[in-house]
Amino acid sequence: MPRRHDLESICLIGSGPIVIGQACEFDYAGCQALKVLREDGFRTIVVNSNPATIMTDPGFADRTYLEPLDLEGVTDVLARERPDALLPTMGGQTALNLARELALEGVLEELGVELIGAPLDVIQRAEDRELFRTAVREVGLQVPGSRIVTSLDELGGVSLPAVIRPAFTLGGHGGGFVETVDQLHRQVERGLDESPIRQVLVEESVRGWDEFELEVVRDRKDNVVIVCSIENIDPMGVHTGDSVTVAPQMTLSDHAYQELRDAAAAVVRAVGVECGGSNIQFARERDTGELRVIEMNPRVSRSSALASKATGYPIAKVAAKLAVGYTLDEIPNDLTGTTPASFEPTLDYVVVKFPRFAFEKFPGADTTLGTQMKSVGEAMGIGRTFLEAFRKARRSRELDGSETWELAESAHPWFHVELANELQELSLDDLVADDFVRLKRSGWSDAELAIASGTTDDAVRARRRSCGVRPSYRRVDSCAGEVEAASTYYYSTWGEADETPPHGEKPRVVILGSGPNRIGQGIEFDYCCVHAAQSFRRLGYEAVMVNCNPETVSTDYDTSDRLYFEPLGLEEVLSICEREKPEGVAIQFGGQTPLKLARGLEAAGYRIIGTPFDAVDVAEDRERFGALLDRLGVRCPEWGIARTETEARAIAERIGYPILIRPSYVLGGRAMRVCYSGDDLGPIKSPVLIDRFIESAIEIDVDAVSDGRDTYVGAVMQHVEEAGVHSGDSACVLPAPSLAPAQDAEIRLIVRTLAQALGVVGLINVQLAVVEENIYVLEANPRASRTVPFASKATGVNLVDAACRVMAGARLSELALSQGQSLGHVSVKAAVLPFARFPGADPVLGPEMRATGEVMASAADLPTAFAKAERAAGRPLPTGGTAFLSVRDADKQAVVKVAGTLAELGFKLVATAGTAQTLAAAGLDVEHVRKVTEEGTGPTVVDLIRRGRCKLVINTPHGSGARTDGYLIREAALVARVPCITTLSGAAAAVHAIANARSEESLSLQELQERIVHETRAA
Amino acid sequence: MTGFLALEDGTVFRGDSVAAEGFAVGEAVFTTAMTGYQEIVTDPSFAEQLVCFTAPMVGNYGVAEGRSESTRAHARAVLMREARGPAWTDWLHERGIVALSGIDTRSLVLKLRDSGAMRAVVVAGGGSVDQAVEVARAQPSMAGRALAHEVSTARPYVYSDAGRTRVAVVDYGCKRSILRRLAGAGAAVTVFPHDAMADELMRFDGVLLSNGPGDPEPLEEEVAVVRELLGRVPILGICLGHQLLALAAGHETFKLPFGHRGANHPVLERASGRVLVTCQNHGFAVAPSDAREATHVSLYDETVEGLDFPLEQARSVQFHPEAGPGPHDAWPIIHEWVEEVAYAKAA
Repeated sequence: MPRRHDLESICLIGSGPIVIGQACEFDYAGCQALKVLREDGFRTIVVNSNPATIMTDPGFADRTYLEPLDLEGVTDVLARERPDALLPTMGGQTALNLARELALEGVLEELGVELIGAPLDVIQRAEDRELFRTAVREVGLQVPGSRIVTSLDELGGVSLPAVIRPAFTLGGHGGGFVETVDQLHRQVERGLDESPIRQVLVEESVRGWDEFELEVVRDRKDNVVIVCSIENIDPMGVHTGDSVTVAPQMTLSDHAYQELRDAAAAVVRAVGVECGGSNIQFARERDTGELRVIEMNPRVSRSSALASKATGYPIAKVAAKLAVGYTLDEIPNDLTGTTPASFEPTLDYVVVKFPRFAFEKFPGADTTLGTQMKSVGEAMGIGRTFLEAFRKARRSRELDGSETWELAESAHPWFHVELANELQELSLDDLVADDFVRLKRSGWSDAELAIASGTTDDAVRARRRSCGVRPSYRRVDSCAGEVEAASTYYYSTWGEADETPPHGEKPRVVILGSGPNRIGQGIEFDYCCVHAAQSFRRLGYEAVMVNCNPETVSTDYDTSDRLYFEPLGLEEVLSICEREKPEGVAIQFGGQTPLKLARGLEAAGYRIIGTPFDAVDVAEDRERFGALLDRLGVRCPEWGIARTETEARAIAERIGYPILIRPSYVLGGRAMRVCYSGDDLGPIKSPVLIDRFIESAIEIDVDAVSDGRDTYVGAVMQHVEEAGVHSGDSACVLPAPSLAPAQDAEIRLIVRTLAQALGVVGLINVQLAVVEENIYVLEANPRASRTVPFASKATGVNLVDAACRVMAGARLSELALSQGQSLGHVSVKAAVLPFARFPGADPVLGPEMRATGEVMASAADLPTAFAKAERAAGRPLPTGGTAFLSVRDADKQAVVKVAGTLAELGFKLVATAGTAQTLAAAGLDVEHVRKVTEEGTGPTVVDLIRRGRCKLVINTPHGSGARTDGYLIREAALVARVPCITTLSGAAAAVHAIANARSEESLSLQELQERIVHETRAA
Repeated sequence: MTGFLALEDGTVFRGDSVAAEGFAVGEAVFTTAMTGYQEIVTDPSFAEQLVCFTAPMVGNYGVAEGRSESTRAHARAVLMREARGPAWTDWLHERGIVALSGIDTRSLVLKLRDSGAMRAVVVAGGGSVDQAVEVARAQPSMAGRALAHEVSTARPYVYSDAGRTRVAVVDYGCKRSILRRLAGAGAAVTVFPHDAMADELMRFDGVLLSNGPGDPEPLEEEVAVVRELLGRVPILGICLGHQLLALAAGHETFKLPFGHRGANHPVLERASGRVLVTCQNHGFAVAPSDAREATHVSLYDETVEGLDFPLEQARSVQFHPEAGPGPHDAWPIIHEWVEEVAYAKAA
């Protein structure tokens, strides 16, 4: 059945900010979907609040709305654009939930919008526990048995072992695993107490069962294709997102696998998914083969992105085509070009995915893995054997050494056998070619061999190469070589023939990606890499991408001329360069990851395209950077480098407290902290940088492009939160509202001077602090920054493209970039934080970055844009009710103004003793409420928050840590989903927004950018 | 112990011997099925072949008696990128099968894909490459080879005696899964040798022409029997059985360059427009045809994957509806045929 001709325009909902469990995979899916829908002549409209996505680039859809993904936001867009259909299956759970809400609220019917891909009844059957259970049972399959319990009398007949899950507790607190009747009673009692609604779910336990996932695609003619099987190495009990997984499944016989395949098809049919992709999770008892259907997602998912990258089968692309009427036999598989999409992929390699965690950022948080996902990113390894893939994935995580992984005792014995052998001590000189091939085929890197032989990576590499052992590259073609494929997707292996094509005419640029998502280095850098690939291709180069993150758009084989799915280690990148002989290697787009390789690449004779590595080194080496600033007459906070605690004390005394301590070469403020006195210093192990910490300064972020002589300042952005809160966690405003024209001009001059002095050719980000008349440079990074996508979208100037063009030799003057900034238009970027996933860690902003994602909102004025950004970040500001305030002494005076405004707006004020006293003294009507640790009667502040009596919490920390009152307040707010603001500047901005935000019609990015062009012309 | 594979064109692939010592001569072919190695090696259709698995790791889940598709291993040798033992490699060893691990299977597959299936020799242990190539070249090509008699049962036997209808299976190299599916669908099954006479078979309610190895063309006597049966008794052909029915009905067969072997081949059912994901294992095929009786077509190379002669109550499929290994999508074909045969008998 061909494309439906009754549809002309389609709206696609994205997944919003990156949060744990919902990352770039939905940008990848959205991009693929938009691409094929546009090719098919549909008018496309996209709504997504995440500016760092490629799908929200103006060129990807006909109309792009960076609007909050809530009922109001999407309804506005639908009413304005009146699309024929809404495609909700590309934007994760967010989009699916929104679609359900829009349908149930009658919005879709009223506006005449058809839900395609997954109609309402399908969403309901997949999402509603009862409906799903019924559907699954009707086809003779089972889900784990469960029942909702509100008292101990309802436990008769519960089968053990069981899992107890209290309703509405943070991180499943109060829940647990029980094996005996006695344990059952005790745990349920505890769960009932913990649950604010005294309700727990008692569920049959399948802990320790083997866990499998199948990616299924079905069309309107009921054709079903299983794209990929994925086996979780960690058995049931650990969320699949936190589990090490392998594809294809390794341990099932054909008979057992076909049973799963049949079950998957039956579930898809029972739920009624008619045209799209689905993911189905199974638990399987190893010995009896008993099956339980755990869940089913009637949409593309993280696993489907993994499956797409693992097999080369573009699930999202195919699902989008199915949604508009095509059937599987009509859709070509574009990796092979000759086979249809109904050809199930078959693999001649193994793929392993490793999760990446960020527990070091959340001290106090429970690090035990369970049914709630906690990892922030993932890396994938491809090899010809399990071990090769496993070890590639493992080292692709780029750890600092803190994260360990151990094979679960209960994992399938096959994995225990495979992983039994660790590397033994080696003598490098004794190794011959055969040994190297054997070791490399087992997945060991040069670096690991260096450790085992007590020598250096370089020495191992030299010895290996002298033995003639080099990797070969194999194609991912979805068909195990059975048909000739035009695929440009490669991975390395050893001891085999090479399949990469001979060199063509065009020069090549190797673009190094940013690896697995982590806090501080995520989708923003992938956005930059994707743009770099597009730009270099337009400039006549072949773009060669290296990355190992399966979630991303950069690892879509469509993005570049050649994709090497490889760890971002020096060994791998050198080998790729040796094969590709690039004219240059682009290191400035992938965050910190590529910078670590730059020295080695230069040493091997490869040219870094754009800003030379030495400029990076100057910027990162505080002594060289300090000298440069001195020479240029640019001010920076006083600083010093300390190797010991004594040295640190001496420096601190010289420059004065408070001070900021951090290691160099870090992204995301890792281990960065502020010390107010010598008592906070703590032990100093490795060399640290000590800066004077400038309080109550305006923090400014600048993104610019330089050609080595001239510099184009793309955006001067102001942080909402004060210095001391990491820039990645702070909200950010463009244009900067507090800068006087003279300050703005001076900042631009400083950036130009710095860029030229550093010899920047490409992007540079500078962070500055403004205190009254003084402007300080805090740091300069001659590479892409996190704010590049936001700045590009807000101004309409594609900074990465400009950077690539100057890197390729153009002068800025030739680019004719507009001074893109719309007057009377404000854009706000707000951070999204994952605290709810980490009970035990204090949810307070600080110098250590913890945000996983960001949203963007634009409006005619700052309060409106800010309020919208907060809404988009999932923290809608209240318009009335009770506001609770509790601030540290330093903030006591400043809080009066904030509280006063709140009172004027009709908020009732409640505060703890100290704050209440200050407010009362200022003449405000305030009610005192006791802290948890305060003696007395009546409810505590935590009780008030828990009961939903507060609509806003403003709480600046005295100190942090799990047992303080502040922590208890913030945790209660987190559980009750009450906006909790932990900085006074943030509170001031929020209150200003509550007071002044107006309702405003949403504007698409295209319209906004037309307006900018128009204004530029007029000017 | 090391070993090597020598192709007739002189190409050599080296690996480690993981099973029987010695050498094996045959046609080098590859299968893309990711599971079912034991089923594949014991499938009589792989007689005289050296099977290369594209699956990267073979032997992961061991062996089990119930998985064998016949009483013995038929593939002459097994070529793997990474063999996993000991259960699987021991099993091969016990059956005297030569098997190599560490083979650059992908290069071998690309070679066979581009040059076609080749005569080859696998040597486990020491041996001269030149000699091996010579031996490879000396053997006859698969084209023109009748092999059914080498793998067929010598005398008739009853597989299952209870059922609502009586079905005769002509064993040209029949897989057990076919018999299992027939019996599971309610048929009483009797198996006959490849050279069974038409009048003997016609006494049954239906005749199933099984799969089997080799070229269908030289099986002239078998084709003659099928022609005799046509219109007299309901027929279902599978794989080689399909090719024999095609020849009996005037279609042409030819040798595919490198065959279809795997568990993911899409077949279009013309009438419904539906696609079946099928298990395939054939080196010869029925030439593409627009004839009305061509009910199924390969979405891969348009060869005829199914035939239906309603008047003669005869039909056939090139793929393996019985699976073992592979998807169960086409199971209903066998089930429905048994239903029809039983219904026709009652009527």
